[in-house]
Amino acid sequence: MLRIKRVPTVVSNYQKEETEEAAAAARRVSGCGRNCLNKCCIQGAKLPLYAFKRVNKFKTEMGVHGHEVREPEPPVAFLDSLVLGEWEDRVQRGLFRYDVTACETRVIPGQYGFIAQLNEGRHLKKRPTEFRVDKVLQPFDGNKFNFTKVGQEEVLFQFEASEDGEVQFHPSAPIDVENSPSVVAINVSPIEYGHVLLIPRVLECLPQRIDRDSFLLALYMAAEAGNPYFRLGYNSLGAFATINHLHFQAYYMALPFPIEKAPTKKIISTGSGVKISELLNYPVRGLVFEGGNSLEDLSNTVSDACICLQENNIPYNVLIADCGKRIFLLPQCYAEKQALGEVSSELLDTQVNPAVWEISGHMVLKRKKDYEEASEENAWRLLAEVSLSEERYQEVNALIFEAIARGDDANGGVAESVIGEADAKPKSGGEVDAINKNSCPAMVSGTPECLVLHSGSRYCGLMIRYCFYKLASAMTY
Amino acid sequence: MDSQLGLIEQSFNNRYTLWVHEALDELPDSFTITDPSISGHPIVFASRGFLKMSGFSRAEIIGRNGRMFQGPRTNRRTIMEIREAIREERPIEVNLLNYKKDGTPFWMLFKMSLVFGKEDGRATHFVAVQVPIVSRKHMRNSGMSYSEDGGGSRLREIVFGSCRREVCSDSLLDLDRVLALDSDDTGLEIEDSCEASDLEKRKAATAIDNILSVLTHYSQLTGRLVCGKRCSLPGMGFISSSLYISLGRIKQSFVLIDPHLPDMPMVYASDAFLKLTGYDRNEVVGQNCRFLNGVDTDTTVLYQIKESIRTEQACTVRILNYRKDKSSFWNLLHISPIRNASGKIAYFAAVHTEEGCRNQDRHGLSLEMRQLSAIGAIKVAVRSLSMGAGPSKS
Repeated sequence: MLRIKRVPTVVSNYQKEETEEAAAAARRVSGCGRNCLNKCCIQGAKLPLYAFKRVNKFKTEMGVHGHEVREPEPPVAFLDSLVLGEWEDRVQRGLFRYDVTACETRVIPGQYGFIAQLNEGRHLKKRPTEFRVDKVLQPFDGNKFNFTKVGQEEVLFQFEASEDGEVQFHPSAPIDVENSPSVVAINVSPIEYGHVLLIPRVLECLPQRIDRDSFLLALYMAAEAGNPYFRLGYNSLGAFATINHLHFQAYYMALPFPIEKAPTKKIISTGSGVKISELLNYPVRGLVFEGGNSLEDLSNTVSDACICLQENNIPYNVLIADCGKRIFLLPQCYAEKQALGEVSSELLDTQVNPAVWEISGHMVLKRKKDYEEASEENAWRLLAEVSLSEERYQEVNALIFEAIARGDDANGGVAESVIGEADAKPKSGGEVDAINKNSCPAMVSGTPECLVLHSGSRYCGLMIRYCFYKLASAMTY
Repeated sequence: MDSQLGLIEQSFNNRYTLWVHEALDELPDSFTITDPSISGHPIVFASRGFLKMSGFSRAEIIGRNGRMFQGPRTNRRTIMEIREAIREERPIEVNLLNYKKDGTPFWMLFKMSLVFGKEDGRATHFVAVQVPIVSRKHMRNSGMSYSEDGGGSRLREIVFGSCRREVCSDSLLDLDRVLALDSDDTGLEIEDSCEASDLEKRKAATAIDNILSVLTHYSQLTGRLVCGKRCSLPGMGFISSSLYISLGRIKQSFVLIDPHLPDMPMVYASDAFLKLTGYDRNEVVGQNCRFLNGVDTDTTVLYQIKESIRTEQACTVRILNYRKDKSSFWNLLHISPIRNASGKIAYFAAVHTEEGCRNQDRHGLSLEMRQLSAIGAIKVAVRSLSMGAGPSKS
């Protein structure tokens, strides 16, 4: 069992050591006096409620026949105003551990413009906690810190789908304990202004794992905020999630992230119109998802990929950018390397744990020395350690595409005859010269069953296109 | 919006004599000119060539932002590149997919350049030229064109050579169909990417040159010269066009004060502030806010404000202020320090709300929340936009 010692970031003012927690719990009678979200305090609690409109079709800039009347530039969208206003309110109430706007930040000169921040206050000096990093799926543990323990003042508002298809806002709505609401809370150790946590169905105490519903909620939030500089991120366990209670993070940064600038190469389009590309010329290998006939199609495709990774115990990070229109999926292996002692001490000394923001190109540095010496080469070198190797990455992609094709097929309907055992583990296609390491799971020599091609099946279509992409890539070398 | 149209007219009248419209109309090319200092970064001029190409009328375009021509197949990364070029005030040339009024998508070479004020070095306008890409030199990103050429059949040989058995006989015919299905449900046949030819690039460069020379010429006649490159360094109190664009999205009445300049002048005033107080922008920018105070303004409150600024704290006060027409109003004033990326205070933001106006906006946000959200938006804009060490090279 792989473990590493880490000092977790404090995200709530109520975060305590697990041992202290247990002792406190033993002493507690009724009502913990902290005004938290647990049964002890939640009855009668009220929070603002933002009900978003379920827009399934992406808002098009103009219709095909004639065009929608739109304002020249959308004013700060309502959800945006709500997040900013509530966040500034908590700033003035002194709920944050430090003023993040007083932390020096700069763009490192170079091709990509990595962003470095000097933040000495973010990591508390505490006794380090043991953290298990070799299992992406771990059951929820109520004894450990989770978001039902945050004080209600740290929660900004509830975030739910509106019943009637229109945006609704209630400045003070009761919390429906039976149908646990999803909430947005502050991160008291923010990386940037507006750093919040989106916690789907907080009272259900879901462990940190993505499912279709929760991912869709995150995507709706990105779309609703309508601000390309308000991005959401997700870290799986083993990819530097600090708390095993389902949550996404978000904050404002009115600059492009390096990862957003990286060129991409299209691999395939799915049956539901989702375009999947791979990142090129970036230290971390990953996939980019765009398009889709609807927001839900895009969401389901990405969720299916995440679920596949989870089930195969591959840690990963997700960045939702461009108002939910571009999603980056990055499998990683840094924690495992760390636990096995394979990371250089030089890199370890910076104490940068490469989670989604770091991988996207935003580095928070604790030591002045690291901040002043920050360079594009250093950043690249660190992130290169995070990436899966090319070989492993191709294997993982094959798994992902298989999962997506299955999901696509299930949605697409017209799935006809039997697909042969598409062997998920790639075998080297020795028979074909053009294919060396880039083997296709669907066209495997040596297996008794081969793909029975039936154009009615989306699964086939997608897998064939994927295989051709791989073959074409191989042939161009 | 009358005031917006007024601003748009002013956009040109401030810099160029009226003949500039005719001169620009004589150019055959397709281009648009936008003004970053107007809220929304709207189009202030669209050439005849552009109207013809896009199918829109002038009235449908003037005052709107360029993103109205984007659509679902427009490449998101290209949009980001354009947005960043605007933010960094630098020229850019990209291949872009836009949509006409009737909804048809088309590829064009999009070349954008800037016009700077000669004396103050500010970016006054962005000029964008659009050259439709006629040459059908398209590339499929995978480097492989499946259907027509021999490459497809060679591939098929390899693939099916490797599968030893049980391949449906009709599958070879189906294969082409499956491959061609790039799940283009919309039925619009359009390539994923497109490359402009050298001819098209030259056309664009010439067009830009022509436009710039027209603008330069007609600015000489007003004495407020412009040029195609930044000739002088912007002075103190300079607000970049990208900060203008960001601040322009904030609908509340607010001003930015620069505490480092003598007499702490206002360096930015929002449209809503001008509407509230009745002043014009050029009457207030560069002045200290004290012109808002009058006979009955409480001096203790003024002292409170001064103290908050001195101690770098946020404060909320209720103060009697005066408009240009000398009428007074109670102002719920919220002042907050605004830091830039160095972590030091760059400005103080003062957000004003007239007491007695509707307590909640149409969404239900309290006025307090609206004030705070303005502060938050200002903080994000000032901090982020000062992070750059200079434009990154990509």
